[in-house]
Amino acid sequence: MELGPIWRAILRNKSSYSLIALQIAVTMAIMVNAIAIIQERTTQMARPSGMDEENIVTLSSISFAPQMDMRAMIDADLAMLRGMPGVHDAIATNSFPLRGGGSARGLSTEPGPDADGVSMAVYFSDEHAIETFGTTLIDGNNFALDEISWNDEESSTWPATGILTAAAAKELFPDEQGSYVGKTVFINDNDPVKIVGIIDRLQAPWDGWEKVENSMLVPLRRDNEYVRYVVRAEPGYLDELIPQIEEALAENKDRIIEDVRTMAEVRERSYTGDAAMVKMLSFIVVLLTTITGLGIVGLASFSVSRRTRQIGVRRALGATRPQILRYFMVENFIISSVGIIAGAVFAIALNIFMVQAFALTPLAWYVVPLAMMILWIVGQLAVAGPARRASAISPAIATRSI
Amino acid sequence: MFRYYLRLGVLSIKANPALSALMVAAIGVGIGACMTIVTIHYIMSGNPIPEKSDQLHHVRVDSWDPNEAYDEPNEPPEQLTYLDATALYEAGRATRQVISFRSSRVVEPAGEDTKPFQRDTRATTTEFFAMFNVPFRYGAAWDRSADAGNERVVVINESLNEQLFGGQDSVGKMLTLTGESYRIVGVLDYWAPVPMFYDLNNNEYGDPASIFLPFSVAIAGEHDSSGNTNCWKPIPDGGIEAFRNSECVWIQMWAELNSEAERQSYLQFLDAYVEQQKMVGRFPRPLNNRIDDVAAWMDYNEVVDEDVGVLLGLAILFLVVCLLNTIGLLLAKVMRRAKDMSLRRALGASKAALFAQNIVEASIIGLAGGLLGVLMTWLGLRGIENLFSTFEFITKLVQMDWVMIIAAVVLAILSALAAAIYPTWRACNVTPATQLRIQ
Repeated sequence: MELGPIWRAILRNKSSYSLIALQIAVTMAIMVNAIAIIQERTTQMARPSGMDEENIVTLSSISFAPQMDMRAMIDADLAMLRGMPGVHDAIATNSFPLRGGGSARGLSTEPGPDADGVSMAVYFSDEHAIETFGTTLIDGNNFALDEISWNDEESSTWPATGILTAAAAKELFPDEQGSYVGKTVFINDNDPVKIVGIIDRLQAPWDGWEKVENSMLVPLRRDNEYVRYVVRAEPGYLDELIPQIEEALAENKDRIIEDVRTMAEVRERSYTGDAAMVKMLSFIVVLLTTITGLGIVGLASFSVSRRTRQIGVRRALGATRPQILRYFMVENFIISSVGIIAGAVFAIALNIFMVQAFALTPLAWYVVPLAMMILWIVGQLAVAGPARRASAISPAIATRSI
Repeated sequence: MFRYYLRLGVLSIKANPALSALMVAAIGVGIGACMTIVTIHYIMSGNPIPEKSDQLHHVRVDSWDPNEAYDEPNEPPEQLTYLDATALYEAGRATRQVISFRSSRVVEPAGEDTKPFQRDTRATTTEFFAMFNVPFRYGAAWDRSADAGNERVVVINESLNEQLFGGQDSVGKMLTLTGESYRIVGVLDYWAPVPMFYDLNNNEYGDPASIFLPFSVAIAGEHDSSGNTNCWKPIPDGGIEAFRNSECVWIQMWAELNSEAERQSYLQFLDAYVEQQKMVGRFPRPLNNRIDDVAAWMDYNEVVDEDVGVLLGLAILFLVVCLLNTIGLLLAKVMRRAKDMSLRRALGASKAALFAQNIVEASIIGLAGGLLGVLMTWLGLRGIENLFSTFEFITKLVQMDWVMIIAAVVLAILSALAAAIYPTWRACNVTPATQLRIQ
């Protein structure tokens, strides 16, 4: 191979070639970091909420009539919802996964105000919660009927039992090998809560929270003016049920029904920012690669037309077409490699900065090699056209003067 | 001479249409990506109340847990307890002071056929409107006596007035909110500060409340807060009274302080208040009271989303790639024209003349790229609007004003000139006549 002459030719025209190498390097730095962010967000969006999302609709009921009997209303609503054909189960709750608003508490293994707490979301509901959310009880029992009570305005004592997600229980008792069921934890400093059951997964309402897998079901029914209903349909019934549910609940004129959303919609709203980031970054990467590719095409075309006579002379002296073609391909490969290697250094430096400044997850090992491969291929594809044109130059060119 | 260079430039651009188009496109796309993000950043970080942003101060006192700061490093809670908010408000030590919390009321229109609906509400004190320069269309803020006497009076915004009264002057009319009857005393003009600086705890790009009613009325009527409530100590038994006497923070306070002396004396007042509360066993943490003006408070609350920062960085690098691309292409073009240049030099053209000629050409490309960039920015903003279409607030963040349009064109021309400098310098430095020899 004629590596020596190619390299010397590159050195004679350093400025042009170093510009393209620099362009490739910066392209690579952006590409690698964009891919890293895209990966991080895609992974976050793919986390299951623990709910049977396909079959669930959620809605809010807001009562405004003075002195309304909230307990009677909630009981009537739930009896009606649970009795509707096509409804699997339903609950009234304060919040649900991916909603974006809710309540959290700190639980600790020791009583007293100085004990270190583990934060978790709390969902106030009844014995239908597990079945309605569609999560799985992996240990212990569901709430017994006598554990469930209505809230008491005058008393702040916490219910004596709770069902925790496996993640929350593990964080409370990191060294426990056996069952978490039967253990007692403390809430509000001194109120004991006995763990009666463990569910495999039920996310907190905030998708960006670091403790998103920590939550607890609380056997307490609340008679606020704001009630959120979660309704799980039998598979395939959801679409026809939604208008029926809305209509049935609207019969009661002392309240309004708002925010009727399927879990698919709730999920989309919750992850709007992440989904937008993935799309924007993908767009930037594609656009950037295209511009850099076109830049290579432009420069290679110039280079070919500037060297038309030289190529003619080489052809006249016996160089074959594949040799001319190979010259330009190898030239591009060398320049690209310089850019790509510099780019790998840039990319890693930029990533280290972003990890520190924006708490980004560090790069997966394969992202840099992947970006290298992409840029090598783009470079070779971009140069292929001009190189073919170069190889088509006739040896007779050599005999012409300017 | 300029017209001659202009003609030469146009000829040269026409001679290489594909290449020139590539340069224009690269600058346009680079500017478009950059300016799309810059525009959003500019709006997000804009000053929502420039005329008095350094006089308005968000008030914090550290009433938090002795074992743990509210937020690291040693930040006091963003909101106040009911006890502190009312005590600081009643002391009245600032030029103006406002306490408030967010709630939600159900509006029950008079007619039988109109359905009730829910609206975002702010329970606050009368100086809210004067302090934040809130414009009125009809009527005015309620009197101080309404704050003191729990009078059920209300100020509604323009859109609610439009919906309920068709935009007519509704001052004096009655309005039923969640079962309570209120007398309308004022109707606001359009008012939508971005960000919604007076309450950054909730949606900072959301719309301001539609309904404003006296804090004392909300307390007497036991309206629930729909903002954040944070507690570090368990609330004892005893219902709403116990909650109001608890260490839970849920009320926001702003103070208007017009000079450094007033700020100092207000801080001293806060410190004295906390010292006195320490006597009765509250405020277990060391003295740590803060007042932040609007800019500092927005900064503390990181109103510019972190993702926008990441995108801004990447977009600037993207523009760098586009410029490197343009420099490379211009350089190649200049090298190929070395013969022309050399000939012009041999015939007596000065270096300055060649420089001017090349700069004119680069400026034409820059201007074209800039115009394309404005179009691309507009498209980029529409794209982002589309990605966030489930959220109404996005329309406020994707507006292009004249400042941004001019900035886009200027940035494009500057970028093109910056890109042209090195290739032009190379072009001016060709030796006369040498290039005329055979290759």
